[in-house]
Amino acid sequence: MHSVSSYSYDDFLNQTPDNNNSVLNIVEKYLKNIELRKNINAFTEVYNEESIANAKKTDQELKSNNKKKLSGFVIAVKDIISIEGKKLTCASKILKDFTSLYDATVIKKLKDADAIIIGKTNCDEFAMGSSGENSSIGKTLNPVNEAKVPGGSSSGSAAAVAANFSMGSLGTDTGGSIRQPAGFCGIVGLKPTYGRVSRYGLVAFASSFDQIGPFANNSRDAARILEVIAGHDPLDSTSANIPVPNYLEKMNGDLKNLKIGLPKEYFDDSLNPEIKKSIELKIEFLKSKGVKFVEVSLPHTEYTIPAYYILTTAEASSNLARYDGARYGHRSKNSNTMEEMFVNSRSEGFGNEVKRRIMLGTYVLSSGYYDAYYKKAQKVRRLIQKDFLDVFKNVDCLLTPTSPTTAFNLGEKTKNPLEMYLSDIYTVSVNLAGLPAISIPSGKDKNNLPIGIQLIGKHFDEQTLLKIADVCENNLN
Amino acid sequence: MSVTIKEVEHIAKLAKLSFNKDEMDLFTKQLNEILNYVEKLNKLDTTNVEPLSQVIELANVFRGDTVGKTISTKEALKNSPSQMEPYFKVPKVIN
Repeated sequence: MHSVSSYSYDDFLNQTPDNNNSVLNIVEKYLKNIELRKNINAFTEVYNEESIANAKKTDQELKSNNKKKLSGFVIAVKDIISIEGKKLTCASKILKDFTSLYDATVIKKLKDADAIIIGKTNCDEFAMGSSGENSSIGKTLNPVNEAKVPGGSSSGSAAAVAANFSMGSLGTDTGGSIRQPAGFCGIVGLKPTYGRVSRYGLVAFASSFDQIGPFANNSRDAARILEVIAGHDPLDSTSANIPVPNYLEKMNGDLKNLKIGLPKEYFDDSLNPEIKKSIELKIEFLKSKGVKFVEVSLPHTEYTIPAYYILTTAEASSNLARYDGARYGHRSKNSNTMEEMFVNSRSEGFGNEVKRRIMLGTYVLSSGYYDAYYKKAQKVRRLIQKDFLDVFKNVDCLLTPTSPTTAFNLGEKTKNPLEMYLSDIYTVSVNLAGLPAISIPSGKDKNNLPIGIQLIGKHFDEQTLLKIADVCENNLN
Repeated sequence: MSVTIKEVEHIAKLAKLSFNKDEMDLFTKQLNEILNYVEKLNKLDTTNVEPLSQVIELANVFRGDTVGKTISTKEALKNSPSQMEPYFKVPKVIN
């Protein structure tokens, strides 16, 4: 096994099984890597003994030719997804001592496929944030450059893959929380179509936006994870009953006859010139593979961030009303009445960004403002989705930057929430429209920081994105 | 539109959150900045546009009314900060 970078499942499958590359050996190396770079703070909990026991078991199974889809695939899980018997903190003080009573559907599926879950990853509290700095156990560092943020909110999941703490990971994406950290850390991050992956067992932030998806070193591994976790689930009434394709089978390198749209609103002056240059190179490369490019327009782009923050904070204020100190979670010691218990438990338990969003959401839903804000934003959401549906009549997918900049400095945007929100400018529209999108690495800037580019697909067409991503990766140099 | 400290206090009450004076000032300032920014939406004419709440437009997902496995009372109480089986224990409500 490589000691430093991008060990993929194909590397694992292609090597001759012996003692040096047993699953046990791989897991031990990951555990050692985690120990060596503890300062990255990627995990809320590491399952040392359990992953070693599972690795030994997998080695036995493999010896008896009992190979499942993800046997030996070592995966880390954002600590906002339930694993039975394990702590589920959402990186929040309010859930510090909470233990999950059941497996999320994605976890059950990973376990059934014999994946090895190595630990739970740090994140912005309740997945609210774009830098990984809003965690009750402290910020996560970017493994590529420790003075920079790893991105957020799935900060630890991105860092874990980038630092070679695991082969892949699960994150969640409400407005870019998989794609933006994938871009900042130089790895692949896929946000599936809304409804593609069951949310059963995922702690809700904004229910009509949230989606679980994979991080990996390459799109083939992302495809492998997606194929396992995707599919209809009767336990999530918003999950779609649409067959899951065999993604790898169709990642055959053939991009002829594909037409990709370049939304002009995503290439304006606010885009960092180095990122722009990197995208131009990628376009030239894809043209050489037979892809056609056309400029398209998504005229409502400037309204995406306002609509997003109204709708997601409204949903959050409602979803987070359940944390009241009564049945689970933190209860304030200084509470003599029920009302005090509610107010004090919530005020002590939530961090500032979560409070800010609950306040904004409560405001936009409050009497007299509902129509002006919430309903208005829902109407704008329709227009934003229509922009995409219109351009998809003419193109197969879209290519855009993932973020306007590469990874920014730790502490750079913590004082100004609005500026932090604007770092998601290229990612939130996808969640408003419910589309799938992938961020793939596309070289580095002059400071040696990874650049991410985003491909946005039609509803339930993750396949096309993965196919293009795969071809791009094979030509990274 | 801008919100006053008084309104923010009211919102805090609805959200069951409390803030000290400094926090209240900061939150009022930040909420105003964010609200000013989202004001942009009013530039758009949305007459006759249907609100979108479910992006893949699934509707009326039903399931059979069948008895399934559920968690036990003991399990349900496991995460509670204070309990007296089979109840969650909370501060006295009626004096």
